[in-house]
Amino acid sequence: MNDHADAHAAGRVGIWLFISTEIILFGGLFLLYSMYRLKNPADFHAGSLELNRVLGTLNTIILITSSLSVALAIAALERGRRVQSALFTGATIAFAFGFLIVKSFEWSAKFHHGLYPNAKVLLSMPKGQNLFFGLYYMMTGLHAVHVIVGIGVLSVMLVRVLRGAITPHNPTYLVNSGLYWHLVDIIWIFLFPLFYLIT
Amino acid sequence: MAEHPSHTDAYVPYYLHKGKYPGPLGWLLATDHKRIGLLYLACIVVFFSTAVVIGVIMRINMLPGHAVLTPQQYNAAFTLHGIIMIFLVVIPAVPTIFGNFFLPILIGGNDMIFPRLNLFTWYLFVLGAVLAIVSVFFGGGAVDTGWTFYVPFSIKTTVNVPLAVFAVFILGMSSILTGINIVTTVHQLRAPGMGFFRMPLSVWGFYATAWVQILATPVIGITMLLVVMERLFGIGVFDPSKGGDPLLYQHLFWIYSHPAVYIMILPAMGIISDIFPVFSRKNIYGYKMIAFSSLAIASVGSLVWGHHMYVSGQSDTAGIIFSFLTFLVAVPSAIKVYNWIATMYRGSIQVEPPFLYALSFVFLFSIGGLTGLFLGALSPNVQLHNTYFVVGHFHYVIFGGMGFGLAAAVHYWFPKMTGRMYNKPMSVIAWLVVFIGFNIFYFPMLILGWEGMPRRYYDYLPQFTTLHTVASVGAFIMVAGLVLVAVTLARGLFAGHKAPANPWGAATLEWTLPSPPSQEDFEEIPVVTSGPYEFDKKEAAA
Repeated sequence: MNDHADAHAAGRVGIWLFISTEIILFGGLFLLYSMYRLKNPADFHAGSLELNRVLGTLNTIILITSSLSVALAIAALERGRRVQSALFTGATIAFAFGFLIVKSFEWSAKFHHGLYPNAKVLLSMPKGQNLFFGLYYMMTGLHAVHVIVGIGVLSVMLVRVLRGAITPHNPTYLVNSGLYWHLVDIIWIFLFPLFYLIT
Repeated sequence: MAEHPSHTDAYVPYYLHKGKYPGPLGWLLATDHKRIGLLYLACIVVFFSTAVVIGVIMRINMLPGHAVLTPQQYNAAFTLHGIIMIFLVVIPAVPTIFGNFFLPILIGGNDMIFPRLNLFTWYLFVLGAVLAIVSVFFGGGAVDTGWTFYVPFSIKTTVNVPLAVFAVFILGMSSILTGINIVTTVHQLRAPGMGFFRMPLSVWGFYATAWVQILATPVIGITMLLVVMERLFGIGVFDPSKGGDPLLYQHLFWIYSHPAVYIMILPAMGIISDIFPVFSRKNIYGYKMIAFSSLAIASVGSLVWGHHMYVSGQSDTAGIIFSFLTFLVAVPSAIKVYNWIATMYRGSIQVEPPFLYALSFVFLFSIGGLTGLFLGALSPNVQLHNTYFVVGHFHYVIFGGMGFGLAAAVHYWFPKMTGRMYNKPMSVIAWLVVFIGFNIFYFPMLILGWEGMPRRYYDYLPQFTTLHTVASVGAFIMVAGLVLVAVTLARGLFAGHKAPANPWGAATLEWTLPSPPSQEDFEEIPVVTSGPYEFDKKEAAA
């Protein structure tokens, strides 16, 4: 890093650029979703009825709460409360695991009913429903990968906060990890209505 | 441009610098932008040579009576040639080699803003390359889909498509992170006095390119992931038997891959804009027009992808809009060409190897650009689509444009990177052989395509024999020229004269450093007081 560079400002520019690439990555999937839903509105509605709205809502609440906890972790760090910051970061990680557990229950229930790509049950259903479930697994799966990456990133942050490597004067890594986590949250906020709440 | 920094006795060239790690580790764990640039250079030289050899084998195959490849091998050959050249050479080459080596210096900084991320991109690049190589030998063999991986064929063919497209995904990640590094560096690391309009035009080229890398590459990333998922799990989004639409694949593919040709050409255009003023001893004509035309190409060029799909079942309305935008994007490219010529007009021109490459860049790129308008027009496209005309056009733009631009950059910055000078008369001869061979090679392709020779065919009708033979002979001449270029540069590297700090009399910041630069580039961050091409001010100050 150059002497005359502001590390914090550079980190901010970098993370926002990275977040925009993530949005475009998912953008390709949202594009496919729009086209296929436009062509198959009834099948998408029927597919949506197969999903468990209660579990979907539960997961939405979990993720929004985790966004709050990571924001509180940053706020605590900025006030110099290291242990509190670590606790909130740990809570965020716990919420992330909770999200994945609920998700795995949902997926295994679908598998149990033969609602997965190339399953005989799904292949016998209309093409639009095949597309619906293809996109459902692709989009929620890619999102889950981001949740897993987030758990890894936040765990590193937890260790660094506890060791004092991230301080109120040097909060960039935690702030940027928080921004990434908000992104994961926001993508879910779009996925939830698009898959669970179609009428 | 800036005060010459005083050098202490401790000056050591960057490549002899003793860092934290000894020997090869000093390179493999290097975070210095110059060393990372050379790591990329070493890899890209190997990949380029491999793809050239594959190309030569294809041209031997097209000589009458020389069918050295089976049809399946030919399919694999043009696919590998395309994948290696596009994803491992042409897209990364200029930003990663010269962007890394020179971008920080050109704006008065001592490194890229994220040095460790920079090294990480190289490892991703190597990983992607290794996966692509592995895909050739395992899991059903070399990909035969062409570099475009069009569905539904790519989800039906038995060869190792999943690994190859996953390699492209990894290479895309590398490209995205390089782009983020470049944009952030330009915003954060400019030296005092280095306003945006005092940046050399090569920096504008890198900057506009980096935005395309950031905004377009994620689209191919997700598209390649979808092909992987289609192959592994049959998710159906591109499979017509499950309701998927192959045309949507083409949309997603070209949303990235058309802007990608601007990733290829824009940084080369930027470097050319640096070279013309230096060898004309004149300030650039229309600095702001060139800078903004880079941004215009980057933005309008992102909206023309549909011109690849005129005959794929896209609606007529879409075709007309995409055709219009395609003609529109020719305008900023033409602005650059006019400005380069106006820069040379009444300059005192010094004919040196970098200048010859720059000049041939303009000539070849203009042929490539104008033939692009034939293809961008709706009705000729029906005739020319998927013919050798496309192949000829593409090689004129990419090899004639980006390739000659890269060669210009190599010959321009060679003394700065190595501290040595190559043999100029020999390099002029080498340039001439490449240039002549190039035209004998690719111009017949334009005629072949016009007469109806389809591309990617293993064999041809008797009436195409003469032109195919001429093209093959041209290819052999061109490759002989490339070997001569390599020999000239290698001799320069090992036995050339020592190069002075500023052999071309240029006014940009890299020439204020010794050749080669020391590890830390600038001992003191310079204060910039004049523009990049103000030779008179610089000479008055000296």
